[in-house]
Amino acid sequence: MRVMIIQAGKEVDLQGCSDVQAVLAKLAINPETVLVLRDGKLITKDERIAETDRIEILPVISGGGPRIQDPE
Amino acid sequence: MKCRRCRGKAVIDLPRHNSAFCPDCFIAYFNKQVDVAIAKQEMFFDGETVLVAVSGGKDSLALWDILLNQGVETAGVYVDLGIEEYSATSKQIVEAFATSRGAHLLVVDVREECGFSIREVAKHTMRTACSACGLFKRYLINKIAVDQGFQVVATGHNLDDEASSLLGNVLHWKEGFLARQSPALPSTHPKLARKVKPLFRLTERETAAYCILKKIQYMVEECPLVRGSTNLMNKQALNLLEQSSPGTKHAFYFDFLRKRQNFRADEFVLSSCEHCGQATTAQTCSFCRLVAEVRAKTCPPAAANQDVRQNPL
Repeated sequence: MRVMIIQAGKEVDLQGCSDVQAVLAKLAINPETVLVLRDGKLITKDERIAETDRIEILPVISGGGPRIQDPE
Repeated sequence: MKCRRCRGKAVIDLPRHNSAFCPDCFIAYFNKQVDVAIAKQEMFFDGETVLVAVSGGKDSLALWDILLNQGVETAGVYVDLGIEEYSATSKQIVEAFATSRGAHLLVVDVREECGFSIREVAKHTMRTACSACGLFKRYLINKIAVDQGFQVVATGHNLDDEASSLLGNVLHWKEGFLARQSPALPSTHPKLARKVKPLFRLTERETAAYCILKKIQYMVEECPLVRGSTNLMNKQALNLLEQSSPGTKHAFYFDFLRKRQNFRADEFVLSSCEHCGQATTAQTCSFCRLVAEVRAKTCPPAAANQDVRQNPL
């Protein structure tokens, strides 16, 4: 799946993440600091993610977004 | 995940409340939190117009939107800090919001008022950009409120902002600041408007979700001068704790509010600044001192001295 991190202007391809929680864990992102959207709509952390999905991670912390670590 | 209220499909989970909400129920939850904040802290009085400080960010626009929806009489005030493209874009966003809602907006340009931008303040003084920005915004917004007869200023400070300020004050045991930290500050001088923070019960994740669900366009990009601020470090620390123990930020701040009266404010007498007449504990207020410092470093000596005496603003 393709994950776009809005504030960081970064896009990454991820494999093997079945839900939102797994995506955030793989990217080492604290769920408290972001919202996650699919097709422009908010989704919860237990939402299933398909390999063909494109999701957006929107940082919400004023003063700086999350530190994005490479998934590998 | 199902909505806690209606059992429909949830779009946001709130671990601190062990809850999740669908769009409609989340908006209802958000409104209720603001209603409770306003009522419990007695933020507004009948017949007064609220001056809402708007930056173009999610918090201030969510606040203005909700006050407009609730029929509160408001005007917005935007301070243009002169931070190049960032300020230009945020100003456009605020103006577009005001136009779309038919709301009254006042704009103050720091460069027109002082002759220099926030970036120049940070360059020529020991203050960080965030510190200078906070001082300029507090001063200019209060001055507009007082000059134009607004008795109360509402800001978009949220639970994360308040909890991180609290952590900063506790880490340095600033007891005077702790005594004065409150979601509703009374006026203590004829030239000080009341200050209220109706979003203090909501996190910034919740204010961002409100904007997305209400389709409010806000400034997602961060200020280019903000990196490395202490406030941001405090937020990161609190969010680490929140991740492992949901509700930590809420408990930290709300327990503090219950114990706040145990802290004693520093005793001081507010007088009027000899240059601008605004409230200060010194002979010259912090704003006028900072303006004088920058002018002294950027203007010929004679002109700098003259400016401060004759044209504080």
